Amino acid sequence: MKIHIKNGRVIDPKSQLDAITDVYIAAGKILAIGAMPADFHANRVIDASNQIVCPGLVDLAARLREPGFEYRATLESEMNAACAGGVTSLACPPDTDPPLDEPGLVEMLKFRAKNLHQAHVYPLGALTQKLEGTRITEMAELRDAGCVGFSQADAPISDTQVLARAMEYAATFDFTVWLRPEDSYLAKGGVAHDGFVATRLGLPAIPTSAETVAVATILLLARETNARVHLCRLSSAPAIDMVRRAKAEGLNISCDASINHLHLSEMDIGYFDPNYHLVPPLRATRDRDAIRAGLADGTIDALCSDHTPVDDDAKQMPFAEAEAGATGLELLLPLALKWAQEQNISLIKALARITHQPAQILGLNAGSLTVGQAADICIFNLDARWQVIPANLRSQGKNTPFLGYEMQGQVVCTLVDGQVVFEADDKQ
Amino acid sequence: MNLPNPNELLAQLAAVIKPTLTANTVLVGMHTGGVWAADYLQPLLDSHMPHGSLDISFYRDDFERIGLHAQVKPTHLPFEVEGRDILLIDDVLYTGRSVRAAMNALFDYGRPAQIRLAVLIDRIGDRQLPIAADFVGAALPVPAHQHIHLVRDTQLQLALKLVDIS
Amino acid sequence: MTLNPQLNADGSLRHLLTIDGLPRAILTHILDTAESFISVSEQEVKKVPLLRGKAIFNLFFEASTRTRTTFEIAAKRLSADVINLNINASSQSKGETLLDTVDNLSAMQADMFVVRHAQSGAAHMIARHVAPHIHVVNAGDGRHAHPTQGLLDVFTIRKYKGEFHNLRVAIVGDVLHSRVARSQIHALTTLGVPEVRVIAPKTLLPVGVEQMGVHVYHDMLAGLKDVDVVIMLRLQNERMRGARLPSVQEYFKYYGLTQEKLALARPDAIVMHPGPMNRGVEIDSSVADGKQSVILPQVTYGIAVRMAVMSILAGN
Repeated sequence: MKIHIKNGRVIDPKSQLDAITDVYIAAGKILAIGAMPADFHANRVIDASNQIVCPGLVDLAARLREPGFEYRATLESEMNAACAGGVTSLACPPDTDPPLDEPGLVEMLKFRAKNLHQAHVYPLGALTQKLEGTRITEMAELRDAGCVGFSQADAPISDTQVLARAMEYAATFDFTVWLRPEDSYLAKGGVAHDGFVATRLGLPAIPTSAETVAVATILLLARETNARVHLCRLSSAPAIDMVRRAKAEGLNISCDASINHLHLSEMDIGYFDPNYHLVPPLRATRDRDAIRAGLADGTIDALCSDHTPVDDDAKQMPFAEAEAGATGLELLLPLALKWAQEQNISLIKALARITHQPAQILGLNAGSLTVGQAADICIFNLDARWQVIPANLRSQGKNTPFLGYEMQGQVVCTLVDGQVVFEADDKQ
Repeated sequence: MNLPNPNELLAQLAAVIKPTLTANTVLVGMHTGGVWAADYLQPLLDSHMPHGSLDISFYRDDFERIGLHAQVKPTHLPFEVEGRDILLIDDVLYTGRSVRAAMNALFDYGRPAQIRLAVLIDRIGDRQLPIAADFVGAALPVPAHQHIHLVRDTQLQLALKLVDIS
Repeated sequence: MTLNPQLNADGSLRHLLTIDGLPRAILTHILDTAESFISVSEQEVKKVPLLRGKAIFNLFFEASTRTRTTFEIAAKRLSADVINLNINASSQSKGETLLDTVDNLSAMQADMFVVRHAQSGAAHMIARHVAPHIHVVNAGDGRHAHPTQGLLDVFTIRKYKGEFHNLRVAIVGDVLHSRVARSQIHALTTLGVPEVRVIAPKTLLPVGVEQMGVHVYHDMLAGLKDVDVVIMLRLQNERMRGARLPSVQEYFKYYGLTQEKLALARPDAIVMHPGPMNRGVEIDSSVADGKQSVILPQVTYGIAVRMAVMSILAGN
């Protein structure tokens, strides 16, 4: 299958390319960008006039809900959502049921995902067995099965001795440890940021110190163990400052933030809307502003969807009892664009945060338009507007704080390994 | 339409009512016009006669349509209702529904020996219930699109007023 | 969802979920109406036919005999049909969700739900869900709000003090976990009380409570000085376990109300408590039963206030 993508505005953050040009694909790989190679006869020509052609998106956190939570979402539905969102590579956290703590589970997931011929799935293995925070997993075996890093998902390790040893062991094999910084004692029982909104609504609160204390601990242990750490879902201004200073000192760490925290704050909870029950909690507007600035200055390396499909029964509960999480795969691109537009960030820089940079964190040869590399490509219309309503979402999870919002920027075509896996037309 | 002077009507009413009073009679004004009328009547009748006020908001039959009356006033009956001769005072007798509500309210305080009704104005031909006043200041026809009310100004002067129903 | 979910489009009260955000005129209207209902309890037949034929469901997901009883009496005095449902873990654990329960009861021609729930926001969720003709009264949700309690407290204060604009009111105790305190603070500030104080150790105060318009005191002796009203909050025993307090004894010594401490308030100060009291924990018996205590009248007024709330909602 040879494909000719014609007349698009081709943006590749890695090579800093931003030009109206053509992309040629053959045998699943990018054959050329610019002039047509000799003897190239396309089976299909995609006219990308007035559209953006960029690398397929790389999402650092997308829960596919398999195994264990198939009633909430299935691999099929969520992979469809990924492709519709332009996401061609995604990392999935290990908090499935059972958790991804055995090679067999990881192999099964990889196998199931591969057979769907859609986005590439990169599992994160559990850092500790059953995510219980007591015994470390067979990380090397899990790596061989396909894990690209090790994580505790949303179950932070309380025992700092276990944490230190897990980091040391991972460092032995040069694995990246993915940690969402949260002190489990300080966060205990809380469901909202410890600020005026929680005070007024009477919601049990999580103080900012639950994040900063954990970041301090992790940074100190990272220095001591030389483990490579990726901090997940930063939510507070002081934590971002700590990371900024640590990076300036040369510490080998990276971090991400979610689309929800990039745009929302505690004020948006309104009258107990359970769609705003998220982990970590939405914090103050100054925290949100720090996330926006941190993503712009590169302190925050990547933006992720933190895609967590939750069914209605689990959401239609009083705020604290409602399950945390929101669907996000299909919102990653438009919400990155919204941030760029509001902050006056160039398109190429915004796209870097959802393509090339997350790919680097994952250690993948992905997230770029490089000749010879797999043709994972997203084509989108920068100006098309659409509304976030359940009927417009392919994910089985229809709950998101952005329900009812108008989005600007719509994926029209997604290619994985040179195959068209999504076209906007089949949506209508 | 030329409206009568309420002070004159009340004086006439007092003259007719006074011979019928017993030691057992108490005066009950219905909020709001009836209370003003009762306030005016009492010294003309007997300044020692017990005198109360009744709000019928909780007994009205139009709650389903218009909800609770915006200005509910406390009912104040500083005497036993049981066994008394009650002289109920209202400013205007119209459909009869307010009087029905007032009688229901009074019976929730006890069983009076007798209830008689005195009104300033009896709107001729507008009754919807089998209720008639024992003492009437003046009987008037009032156009269907109008209400007639007793009003009291800041100097406590009473007047009758016609208002168009909006 | 920026519209106030408690109000109809014309600004009238549809549900009573919290006092937060209600205009002063609505609070005053409820208090004035309650004043009229006081006289109903003096009638020989302590009942008015206002809500005849209406079905009011007392939906209690959290046990509370006292609040449920006062709502029940209030509804019965309005001639409504009252159905009490204590929904404990058993029916919820059968897999029926909160909203399933509400749907089932709505199908039984409910006109009003009086809801008590352990989670903040439960009443809001039910109010969002019910059909347009159904009214919801929040009878306490988690730590969030207990609006009828807040209203009966300001009703009591008005009865004894007449006005709000010249008062100092102190609320003492576990504000952090108290829905009652939150409703009291909103009611007092909305009605124009110029100085509301909260008195508690830092472990029992929520972050940013000053933004609700109160002055914070940690020293009870300073906080009680010259106040006109002292409101004591109930202290739950489990506060000792969460490392918020060391012991009942130390709490009582520093934050319990005794005659000696009450002497710092104005001589005509009144003492209130939403109940149920822990004698010897937050309040000394001699104060609870003393001549400045208005704790029992609060309970009586609670019925009139709830009658006012239910009749205003049912008519809107």
